Amino acid sequence: MDDIAQRCIEIIAKSKGIPADSITLDSTFDGLNIDSLDKINISFEVEEAFNIEIPDEALGTIKTVGDMVRGVSQLRENHPPAAVTTP
Amino acid sequence: MNRIVVTGLGCVTPIGSNIEDFRSALFSGQTGIAPFPDFPEAPGETQGLRFTQSGRVKDFDPRQHLESGIVVSTDRTTQFAIVAARQAAEHSNLLQHHAADNIAIIVGCACGGRQAEETETAKLYTRDARVHPLTVTRTMASAGASHISIALGITGPVLNISTACSSGTHAIGLAFQMVRAGMVSAAITGGHEAPLTFGFLRAWDSMRVVSPTQCRPFSADRDGMTLGEGSAMLVLETLESAQARNAPIYAEIVGFGSSADAHHITQPAPEGAAGAMRKALSDANASPDEVGYISAHGTGTQANDATEAAAIHQLFGARASHIPISSTKSLHGHSIGATGALEALATILSLHHGQLPANAGVTEIDPAINLDVILNAPREVTPELALSNSLAFGGLNAVLAFRPFTDHS
Repeated sequence: MDDIAQRCIEIIAKSKGIPADSITLDSTFDGLNIDSLDKINISFEVEEAFNIEIPDEALGTIKTVGDMVRGVSQLRENHPPAAVTTP
Repeated sequence: MNRIVVTGLGCVTPIGSNIEDFRSALFSGQTGIAPFPDFPEAPGETQGLRFTQSGRVKDFDPRQHLESGIVVSTDRTTQFAIVAARQAAEHSNLLQHHAADNIAIIVGCACGGRQAEETETAKLYTRDARVHPLTVTRTMASAGASHISIALGITGPVLNISTACSSGTHAIGLAFQMVRAGMVSAAITGGHEAPLTFGFLRAWDSMRVVSPTQCRPFSADRDGMTLGEGSAMLVLETLESAQARNAPIYAEIVGFGSSADAHHITQPAPEGAAGAMRKALSDANASPDEVGYISAHGTGTQANDATEAAAIHQLFGARASHIPISSTKSLHGHSIGATGALEALATILSLHHGQLPANAGVTEIDPAINLDVILNAPREVTPELALSNSLAFGGLNAVLAFRPFTDHS
């Protein structure tokens, strides 16, 4: 499992208060009892962690952990975080 | 007119997060005031604070009580409110006997979600960070009232009352009036607050009204208040419905008085406090001679305690110095919008158990106060009638009158 997947799972585990090893890429949000409030919080934490902005239209299409990981990877490819520069 | 009784109790407080622990600490004088932890985000070694103690709720893990979606979308104050209200409702078996649309939720919260507000604002102002999308739901002061209704499925009138340090008392008073008037058949009422954030403590520090030592109301050497947090909730209903369903009855609430000083935003005036006590007694059809205990606002500041004492002397005359009085803030601290509810709970338990709680911390009673302050140990007596006073900044006063429950119908 790559770093993005691992980090997404950690964020979901923390937000839900459940063990990370109970979550896989195939886990569905419904199956993890992720309600709309959980989803808002998880999406925000993922945006913060990867310095991305998830488009509104994409939020509704995320049904599994794998969907989220793929979406994050895509957003990072399209908009890589700015390189750190020193003044 | 309907007689109104208290049939359910719940609490999350610095001296206990269930009624039995609260009762035990109240009558054994076990304080919940302790040094607060450092604020990692705060600059400097002293963190700019002249005081080191607060009344914090210990070991509160919201995930033990609430779904994760609720935990992430609420501030600590709302979490206290839901847990305390649920205790009170379950304790009373309220929902098995009253229709959901005939129950009111009237609670006091003055500060809203302080922790969420400060965390997000600090991030925004210091590094232009994104604001958490649940900041609005975490910070709105009425979130506690809403979440109680959602958690319990209650669809009657739901209100949050914000009158600074009197919020909880005003809330209980309004709920009492609504049930007595027949607007609803029952109410969940009380207060909740979680204001012990760095910014809030610094704001109070700047006012120079917080004790650098220990809150000791009515003591000659008192030097200020100690801030606290928590929630207390009550279930109110008519005596008729309580008896018809064999509900436990802890006390009768018989009067509510409310007044404004119209004087000063921080300096209290005795006429306002005396007026609220007089109105509560009038509402209860009681005479001042019947009052056998006063649960004081008693913040431990020079101004409050002197003014409250002056109000009591003004109203009760020569009897004033013979009425037992104590301030339980000396045990749980001053939790702003919640404190009146914690003190109402303490008063109800006092009447139910026939014990009046002692006022902690006093080295010598201020002779200028000239009141019968209960010291060292609880007093074993059941007064005929007790008052619970709340006197807020801005001169907003609220007083509740309670009697021990006796079936004299």
